[in-house]
Amino acid sequence: MAVAAGKVARAATRLRGGGSAMPGLVVERLDPRFLTHALANLPRGVVVVTGTNGKTTTTKMLVAILREHGLTVFTNPTGSNFTRGVISSMLAEIPFSGRLKADIAVLELDEAHALKFAAEVKPTHSLLLNVARDQLDRFAEIDHTAKLLAELAEQTTTGVVLNIDDSFVARIATRVPDGVTVTYFGVDPSIADRLPELQEADVRFDDEFTPPRPTAADGLLLPHDERSFEVRFGLTGRVGPMVLKQRGLAAMINATAATSTAKALLANEFREVDAVSALERVTPPFGRGEVIDADGQPLELVLVKNPAGFTVALGTYGSAPVTTMVAINDNYADGRDVSWLYDVSFESLRDNGVALTSGVRAYDMALRLKYDDVAVAEVEPDLEVALERFLTAYKDEPKRIFCTYTAMMTLRRDLAARYGLAKFGEDAA
Amino acid sequence: MSTSSATSGDATSKGRIKIVHIYPREMSIYGDLGNTRCLASRLRWHGYEPVIHQHHPGNDFPTDAHLVLGGGGQDSGQARVEDDLAHNADVLRSLAADGAPMLMICGMYQLFGNAFITVEGERLPGIAILDVTTQGNAKRMVGPVVLETAFGDVVGYENHSGSTKLGPGQQPFGRVKSGMGNNGTDGTEGAVTGNVFGSYLHGPVLPANPALADALIKLAVERALGEPFVLGRIDDELADRARTRQIHRLVG
Repeated sequence: MAVAAGKVARAATRLRGGGSAMPGLVVERLDPRFLTHALANLPRGVVVVTGTNGKTTTTKMLVAILREHGLTVFTNPTGSNFTRGVISSMLAEIPFSGRLKADIAVLELDEAHALKFAAEVKPTHSLLLNVARDQLDRFAEIDHTAKLLAELAEQTTTGVVLNIDDSFVARIATRVPDGVTVTYFGVDPSIADRLPELQEADVRFDDEFTPPRPTAADGLLLPHDERSFEVRFGLTGRVGPMVLKQRGLAAMINATAATSTAKALLANEFREVDAVSALERVTPPFGRGEVIDADGQPLELVLVKNPAGFTVALGTYGSAPVTTMVAINDNYADGRDVSWLYDVSFESLRDNGVALTSGVRAYDMALRLKYDDVAVAEVEPDLEVALERFLTAYKDEPKRIFCTYTAMMTLRRDLAARYGLAKFGEDAA
Repeated sequence: MSTSSATSGDATSKGRIKIVHIYPREMSIYGDLGNTRCLASRLRWHGYEPVIHQHHPGNDFPTDAHLVLGGGGQDSGQARVEDDLAHNADVLRSLAADGAPMLMICGMYQLFGNAFITVEGERLPGIAILDVTTQGNAKRMVGPVVLETAFGDVVGYENHSGSTKLGPGQQPFGRVKSGMGNNGTDGTEGAVTGNVFGSYLHGPVLPANPALADALIKLAVERALGEPFVLGRIDDELADRARTRQIHRLVG
């Protein structure tokens, strides 16, 4: 009965073109045990992917690798990373019996909702990516976020995969129950000096916990150049070299996390060649470096939501400067406090300047850039007006927009109407 | 300890101003380093030479500070600075008594008060430069704020669980026009004693409120050089637009 009601709600919201969590809410109200029932007894278990940055990309990569190995994988591909979103995406695939037909589930969950989810369904595996300051108006403290991840690790029944370079995450090893395997991913020691590109150092303290030396089960990222890299396992094991569609060190470390997790899940069935071919075909998720053809010129949409993420985005795209717009909203989903913009250095934009700032906090963003001596040509708070100017005034140039979540939703909708793009959640790949 | 001069040559400088940022690692999680960045830039734009000194726990506190800044941190950050703050309390108190301007935000504002009483009733002493006492709460006060102050309307963002009460005769920094302020009930926000300002406002507070930034700079310049502050020409249109839009959104 709950499944049927949810399916009706799903059909209804899709007709309206509405949000992705509503049908899940319907089911959750009707049958609070829905998730437990649906996910019980999946032969290869339930994997939860969480952490501050890289959840969507890493989940997509892990799913691609597992599918390349012939597994039927259930996932929540819409970036709808609350439990209701998981239920909503399930409704498309689930039979009326209420039991999911899949080998394994791989779910991207928000840090707080991962625990809520674990209260209903204990994950067999969890992949804990990183902890960074993100929307402190919601999570209050980074220490609190770290605590949520540790509690998730305690709920995990078979294997936990941890970021060896993030002390907040690596030290969770001490909290993993006996009998549960701990696997690590990280960067090869030869590129340890590039860690600041991936995480902020200023809120970490170098005490308390020293991670173990990596073993042959742990994947380490070794870049060859800007695009090509391999994931090393011990002295002889390696996956790669490979080149991703998504640029940057952050995408490479996400691929390393996905590869290490896939290897832990598949054990002897893991095949390097399948991992490489899967990863090389993964398209960037919606708004994570997605490239749109705008009147014959590439337009990149880059989601930014916290200091670490914005810093990584600037580092990733800084080597190829193009005409830039920055759109900052301060709705709940963006983070209502824009103070974090002062924890990002914008010096890499100084040479070319910024064409436009937009969004509810357009003037605050322009002011922030002024303090880094970055020239701003125009400030236009209205997103649609700003996008129109950006597309017409810089018609013959490659372009890039850094934007917060709700600003991206507005811009993406406008761009979809102009250029006929796939709708949010309907990934062409 | 680290000291850096923000400009290379000082041939045209009207003078060097030393800003001390206390505990930038432990107590700056909401962008409060932006206040330091703002003051350094504005000093340069006004024609002075800023020197930024970061004070970390365990180091000697620079007694030649012209301006002292502090920010908000997590509980773990506060725990890491308590001993050092107690150790340097006398230096800070004598600097304050001597008229050194200071701006303490959120967690450091609380630590500059008499005490912080935890939810469990434990009393953690502050350094009592400001006559305020903070009671820990289960409920956080979070959201955008507009204040009426001696420097005009000031905008920012608050995010604190402590509820702060002013002692008898203690002046607030401002009156709340929108938001919660010190405690959500008496309409006060922050505290001012002499040239020491305490406030819950992140944002960070100085970039969008240049009148407050320049007031601190004026005090620091007069203290450092013993001569009147000479304003440079600064275009504050972006700051003014950012601030007035927030005021318009929140109080109409």
